[in-house]
Amino acid sequence: MKLPKHVALTSVALAGALALTACGSDNNSGEGDTGSDTGSSVSGTLNGEGSSAQKNAIDEAIASFSANNPDATVNYNATGSGDGVKNFIAKQVDFAGSDSALKDEAVDGVVETDQAAERCAGNPAWNLPLVAGPIAIAYNLPGVEGLTLDPTVLSEVMLGKIKNWNDPKIAALNEGVELPSTAISVFFRSDESGTTDNFQKYLSGSAPEAWTAEPSKVWPGTAGEGRTKSDGVAQGVKNVEGGITYVEWSYATDNQLGVAQIDNGAGAVELTGESAGKALAAAEVAGEGNDLKLSLDYATKEAGTYPIVMVTYEIVCSKGLDADKTTLVKSFLKHFASDETQGTLEEAGFAPIPAEIATKVNTAIDAIS
Amino acid sequence: MSTITGHSELDAEPSGDKASTGRRGDRIFGGLATGSGIFVVVLVIAVGGFLLSQAVPALLKNDANFLFDRVWEVNDSGMRFGIPDLLYVTVVSSLMAMIIAVPIAVLVALFLTQYAPKRLASPAAYLVDLLAAVPSIVYGIWGFYVFRPYTTGFQDWLAEHFGWTVLLEGPVSLGTVFLASIVLAIMILPIITAISREVFAQTPSTHKEGALALGATRWEMIRTAVIPFGTPGVISASMLGLGRALGETVAVMIIVGTNPGIFRFSLFAGGETFASKIANNSAEFGSSSKVGAFIAAGLMLFILTFLVNAAARVIIERRKAFSE
Repeated sequence: MKLPKHVALTSVALAGALALTACGSDNNSGEGDTGSDTGSSVSGTLNGEGSSAQKNAIDEAIASFSANNPDATVNYNATGSGDGVKNFIAKQVDFAGSDSALKDEAVDGVVETDQAAERCAGNPAWNLPLVAGPIAIAYNLPGVEGLTLDPTVLSEVMLGKIKNWNDPKIAALNEGVELPSTAISVFFRSDESGTTDNFQKYLSGSAPEAWTAEPSKVWPGTAGEGRTKSDGVAQGVKNVEGGITYVEWSYATDNQLGVAQIDNGAGAVELTGESAGKALAAAEVAGEGNDLKLSLDYATKEAGTYPIVMVTYEIVCSKGLDADKTTLVKSFLKHFASDETQGTLEEAGFAPIPAEIATKVNTAIDAIS
Repeated sequence: MSTITGHSELDAEPSGDKASTGRRGDRIFGGLATGSGIFVVVLVIAVGGFLLSQAVPALLKNDANFLFDRVWEVNDSGMRFGIPDLLYVTVVSSLMAMIIAVPIAVLVALFLTQYAPKRLASPAAYLVDLLAAVPSIVYGIWGFYVFRPYTTGFQDWLAEHFGWTVLLEGPVSLGTVFLASIVLAIMILPIITAISREVFAQTPSTHKEGALALGATRWEMIRTAVIPFGTPGVISASMLGLGRALGETVAVMIIVGTNPGIFRFSLFAGGETFASKIANNSAEFGSSSKVGAFIAAGLMLFILTFLVNAAARVIIERRKAFSE
C-alpha cells in the first residue's frame, strides 16, 4: 500500500476538496468538535503492538480507519501485553496495547512509568481505555441453559472444591434447573495471560474469602487442566462434558458454549454488551489527569451489571512523538473511540466503552501534542 | 568402485584438462572448509555462552533448588523455579516417541532397501520424506483436533487395564503426554527412516551375497549382514530424531495440557516440556530476570541434548569395532 510520493502529495492536496465528503462519512459520532481531527484524511504509518485480547477489536478499528484514510497504514502486532510495553519503551512501536496499565512500582530496579516517560522525551505516557472485553464463564452442560453462579461458588468451582455440577451450592443458585451429576472439569490458561489476571482480580475483589490467592497472570489453582491460549481453553470445554473455563466472550460464542449468568448480589445478570458496559461506567479513574487508568468495582451490586470485565489500554506518549506521528496517533485513536467504531465492536465480542469514559478519552486524545 | 590399471590418456598429460588450479585453489578451499568448521564450533560456544550469561543472574536470584524443586513462580515479587517436572515430561515424551518411531522407521527403511521393487522404492521414500516437510504447528493442530478423538477410547482402555503400572495410571487428561508422544513419533519418523535407508543401502553387496551364498534366507541375510552394518547409522539417525523430539515446541504446546501443582508420573497426565514451557510464556516475558528463568530452562535442554549426543557418539564408536 505504499504510494509513490507524488501520488501522496496529490492526495494531500485533494484532501481539502474531499473534506466535505469525508466529513459526511466519518463524523457521525455526534460530537461536533471532533471534525477538525478526523475530517481530513491523514497519511503515514503507525505501528502498535501488544495485548492479544484486544486484537479483534483493534483490527476492526484499523479496517474502518484505513477505509477512511487510504494513505494511512496502521499495524497492530498482537504479541502480548508484556512485549507490547517492552517494544513501546524501546521505541520500536508508536503505541502499545496492554491488558494492564503501566506499572508504577519498581521491578528489577526499573519503573515502567519512568521508562515510558523517558521514551516520550520526558513526558508521561498515558493509559487510554479503548476496549472493554467481558470475560465469559463458559461451560459445557447439554440441556442446561442460563446457569447462574455467584463469585463465591465460582471461586470454589474453579479451585476444585466443588466437584460435581449437582452440588447443593450450585443448585441453590439455580432453582428449577435440573443439574446433572457430571464431574466438573476446570480449564484454565497455561500461558501467562491478562485474562487470568483480570479474572482473578474479579474473584478476589468480589469474594475475598473464597479466593485468597494474589491475582497475577499465572493461574494459581491446581484443579483441572491448563491449556494454551484462549482457543485452547475454549476447545477444552467444548470437548469435555462438564467443562468450565473463563475466556473472552467471543471465544465462548464462537464455540457455542454456554455462558453463565453472574449473580453479584443483585440478581443473575446475563452477559451482554450493555450489561458489561455498565461495569465500566461504574469504574473509577485511578490515574491522574488525562492518564485514564481505571479501577473497576468488581463487587458492584448495581442491578443489571455484568461484573467480570477487563479493560485493555492503548498506551501512548502524551507528548514527544514527531509531528506526523502525533497527528496520526490522534486521528486513529479518535476514530477508535468514536461511537461508530465502538458500536461495531459488540459483534466481535467486546463491550463499547460507555459515554462518560468515552468523553474523558476524547479529552485526553485532544490533549496529546 | 573400479580401479583403472594400465595406461590412459590422463596419465600422459596431467595438466591438460584445466583441473589443476595450482596451490592457490588448494589453499582457498582448505581455508573455506576449515573456516566453516571453526564457525560451527564458535556458533555452538556462542549459543552456550549466551544461555549461560542470561541464565546465571536468574539462577542466582532463584530461591528454590533449580534441579529438584517442583515450583515455577517467576513474577515480579520473587523467583522460585525448578525443572524436574519439565525434565521428566521432556525425557519421557521423547523416549516414548523413540520407542514407537525407531522400530517402524527401521522396518520401513529395510522394506525400501531390501524388499520393495526399485520402481516402488523411490516414490515411497519420497513420500516418507514429505512427512518431514509438514510444519510442526500442523502436526499439533492435527494431533489435538483430528487425531485425539480416535485415541481417547484406547487411552481409557489402557488406563483401565494397565492402570496399576504407574506410567499408565488414570484419570486420562484431555491433552496427554501419551498423545503427544504418538504425534512426536510421526514427526521424527521421516528423519530416522531417511538416514537408516541410506546406511542400509550402503551394505556391501559382497556381505549380502556372501550370506545368501551360505544358504541364508532373506531375513537371515538382513539379520546377519544388513542390520549389523547399519546399526551405527541407525543409532545416529535415532539421535537426530531424539534431538528433534526433545526440542519440539509448538506441537507439544498445542496438544498437552498442564496440571500444575499435582504432578503425576502417568503418561495420561498433562505437563510441559522445556521448549513448550518457554514458547507458551514467551509473550509475557517482562523483566530480564524472568526471561533468565526461562533461558535457564533452555540451557538445561541444551545440556540434555549435548549429553544425549555425546552418549550416542560413545555407542557408535564402540559398535564400529564389531561391525568392521
